[in-house]
Amino acid sequence: MSTYILKRFLQLIPVFLGATLLVYFLVFSLPGDPIVALFGDKPVNEAVAAKLRAQYHLDQPFWMQYLLYLKSIFTFDLGQDFSGRPIAAVLGEVFPVTARLAIMALIFEAVFGIVFGLIAGLRKGKFFDATVLVASLVVIGIPIFVLGFLLQFTIGVQLGWAKPTVSSAATVQDLILPAIVLGLGSFAYVLRLTRTSVIENMNADYVRTATAKGLSRFQVVRVHILRNSLIPVITFLGADLGALMGGAIVTEGIFNVPGVGNRLYRAVLSGEGPTVVSIVTVLVLIYCLSNLLVDLLYGWLDPRIRYDS
Amino acid sequence: MSASVDFQEAEYATERPLLEIRNLAIGFTTSNGEVNAVRNAHLTVMPGETVAIVGESGSGKSTTALAAIGLLPGNGRVAAGQILFDGEDISNASEKRMIELRGNSIGMVPQDPMSNLNPVWKIGDQVRETLKANGLPSGPDDVAKVLSQAGLPDAGSRAKQYPHEFSGGMRQRALIAIGLACQPRLLIADEPTSALDVTVQRQILDHLDKMTTELGTAVLLITHDLGLAAERADQVVVMYRGQVVESGPSLELLQNPQHPYTQRLVASAPSLASRRIQAAKELGVETDDMLAPSETGVVEPSKTDEVLQIQNLRKVFKLRSGLGKSTDFTAVDDVSFSVKRGTTTAIVGESGSGKSTVAQMVLNLLAPTSGKIIFDGVDTSTLNSKDLFAFRRRVQPIFQDPYGSLDPMYNIFRTIEEPLRTHKIGDKASREKKVRELLDQVALPQSTMQRYPNELSGGQRQRVAIARALALDPEVIICDEAVSALDVLVQAQVLNLLAELQSRLVLTYLFITHDLAVVRQIADHVCVMEKGKLVETGSTDDVFESPQQDYTRALLNAIPGAGLMLPPEVEVA
Repeated sequence: MSTYILKRFLQLIPVFLGATLLVYFLVFSLPGDPIVALFGDKPVNEAVAAKLRAQYHLDQPFWMQYLLYLKSIFTFDLGQDFSGRPIAAVLGEVFPVTARLAIMALIFEAVFGIVFGLIAGLRKGKFFDATVLVASLVVIGIPIFVLGFLLQFTIGVQLGWAKPTVSSAATVQDLILPAIVLGLGSFAYVLRLTRTSVIENMNADYVRTATAKGLSRFQVVRVHILRNSLIPVITFLGADLGALMGGAIVTEGIFNVPGVGNRLYRAVLSGEGPTVVSIVTVLVLIYCLSNLLVDLLYGWLDPRIRYDS
Repeated sequence: MSASVDFQEAEYATERPLLEIRNLAIGFTTSNGEVNAVRNAHLTVMPGETVAIVGESGSGKSTTALAAIGLLPGNGRVAAGQILFDGEDISNASEKRMIELRGNSIGMVPQDPMSNLNPVWKIGDQVRETLKANGLPSGPDDVAKVLSQAGLPDAGSRAKQYPHEFSGGMRQRALIAIGLACQPRLLIADEPTSALDVTVQRQILDHLDKMTTELGTAVLLITHDLGLAAERADQVVVMYRGQVVESGPSLELLQNPQHPYTQRLVASAPSLASRRIQAAKELGVETDDMLAPSETGVVEPSKTDEVLQIQNLRKVFKLRSGLGKSTDFTAVDDVSFSVKRGTTTAIVGESGSGKSTVAQMVLNLLAPTSGKIIFDGVDTSTLNSKDLFAFRRRVQPIFQDPYGSLDPMYNIFRTIEEPLRTHKIGDKASREKKVRELLDQVALPQSTMQRYPNELSGGQRQRVAIARALALDPEVIICDEAVSALDVLVQAQVLNLLAELQSRLVLTYLFITHDLAVVRQIADHVCVMEKGKLVETGSTDDVFESPQQDYTRALLNAIPGAGLMLPPEVEVA
């Protein structure tokens, strides 16, 4: 088991190098000169521009820039963004907010998705099942920015049940509505996945055998149907955590959440290479780690694929 | 279980039946409306007695048994009749009442040990919940006791293992342990050993017999195997198309079947009493209908032509064990034999004996580690890609699973035509003509051409697979468990067809099977394999009449019904 985890951690190294290189190259190839853009409408002061270029290593060739960036990572000095703040501090500010948002969204989609999916699966073809299926299709079909504005307007503005925008502190109460919006698409997916999985397992031979043992319906569902049905769902949820972290750009935009998505969007627009690469690298690492977590959970849930031996 | 007749009759007089099914009708709601799976079924199980329900798949035998434990599938329901368990009608009992009865009054041993244990729970957990649900002590010792009573060695530590760490036989023992854990008065055993090798089957059934006799449990045994039913049960109930067509004491029923269906079943049950067609002919014995076509046989095969020679064949698999390490597993070890043109050679053995690996190497789908396969004088390992293509045309396979080996998206015409197209034989019109001929040869109507595999029965699909194998006029056909998945009656038809085709087209068969009764019917020569080694070879008659090896004897003894006296001739209605 420990060798397996070690192996997985070693695999992170090439992923890390590949991801940073690729993202760095993409930012480098963006058209336009970010330093010139900094001057806005004012005439460019060549001396200042040259000084800035040197400070951000923008006068160096691509490989040199990339190597200097790697060096800065390993010396734990990520440099500064264009407003002069240390990038490490920026990361420390935005990531907790987005992590809170993503985890709240994940809890929402997991709890409601699994409960609704289980009930729908057990009552296949009945009224509840049909209603939930249609509703989930609607949710999947409507783009997230439409749903976002719709909920912001109805629940936030008209009904006043939740705050329509998020304060700079981004507390848990602030984030309830954004988390629901962020998790809605995946909620519908978790629901359908659970439902399909439950229906499949309900007809499994071992469920019939369990009933033949004299177990009550509740015991059969809890012990034999639910756990077996959760295996594919857990896989999806783990992979989704990474997607929620990185994919919150639209939601964060709608509710003005001071998180990763917002900051990344601004950094891309202004061509701040080091900031973009730093944020994306952390996202890639979170993605890799959540996948590792899923694989370990998978082995725990399904003994047939344990990694020792 | 087989108490003396007098004693049983005394019991009948004083005791009431443990299970009595009266005029039972079971319907299934499908998209095509209500389908009657069982009509007017009736049977009686006395306390401590074993009753077998025999029938082919789809005869309603499992449905009847499942109704008795309230486990009909969601769309099924008891439409009429009564199921009396110890005098109480449970055909429409509440779910609460059924939960009370299940486990401690009525136990079940299901059919397939691979799919009936939950893969994510330890064996011990699955036994424990049974004990717990029925209010019995369920500590680790109690679990171990239940498992060891079912014949599982080292039960204490085995209980901590997961189902995938068990062999099929061990899983079935675990399922028997679960079924009998609460000492029910009635055990429903639904094909409890059909998925197992014959030798394991015998051990398990012996053990089940012993346990139910000790506990005084009545058994309702569901099986498609008449020999097994006759050997294990006091009473046999024969079901056909949802109806009970005949019932009575097993031996009586077997020796003097009244209903035409039972007569056919008895006649076609493969057993050691059957004879190889050819052998029968040489002995001058009257031939049955299975032989009729071979009498018109035109070409008498030259007996000396060895079309296939296998020399010192070995296959070693590397099994991965941890990082970069691997252990060698010898699946086939120094196997040599030869096959004469126009004859049938059977390779028999239990699963894991390496017989299918030999077949794959002969088909050139798997490269041998060492040794040679010489087909018609040429070493097949030396073939270049063009020669290999030609080789494939002359050696064709028929596989076990007629459901899995046909492409569900291809209609039958396309399925049979595919090899012709691949080998660029003829034009469209001549290929269609050929397909029609092939369908005639395998006795399928030509209208089958436009149908899809899912519209055909298992026997019909296997005929399609045979037609496809014959499309290229091959010389050798490798049948890997080609009839194992079929019901006895269909099996007899397909074996008939194969025998007929052999005499007409001078085909050579290499028959891979675990079923010795089938071997008796079709093979001229037998190779017995055990753990990768060839332990015995010889003519079928020699091997069956005087087996030289203990292993062969064990295999022969394990055939259900082998020791029973069958009527020598049964009129086929």
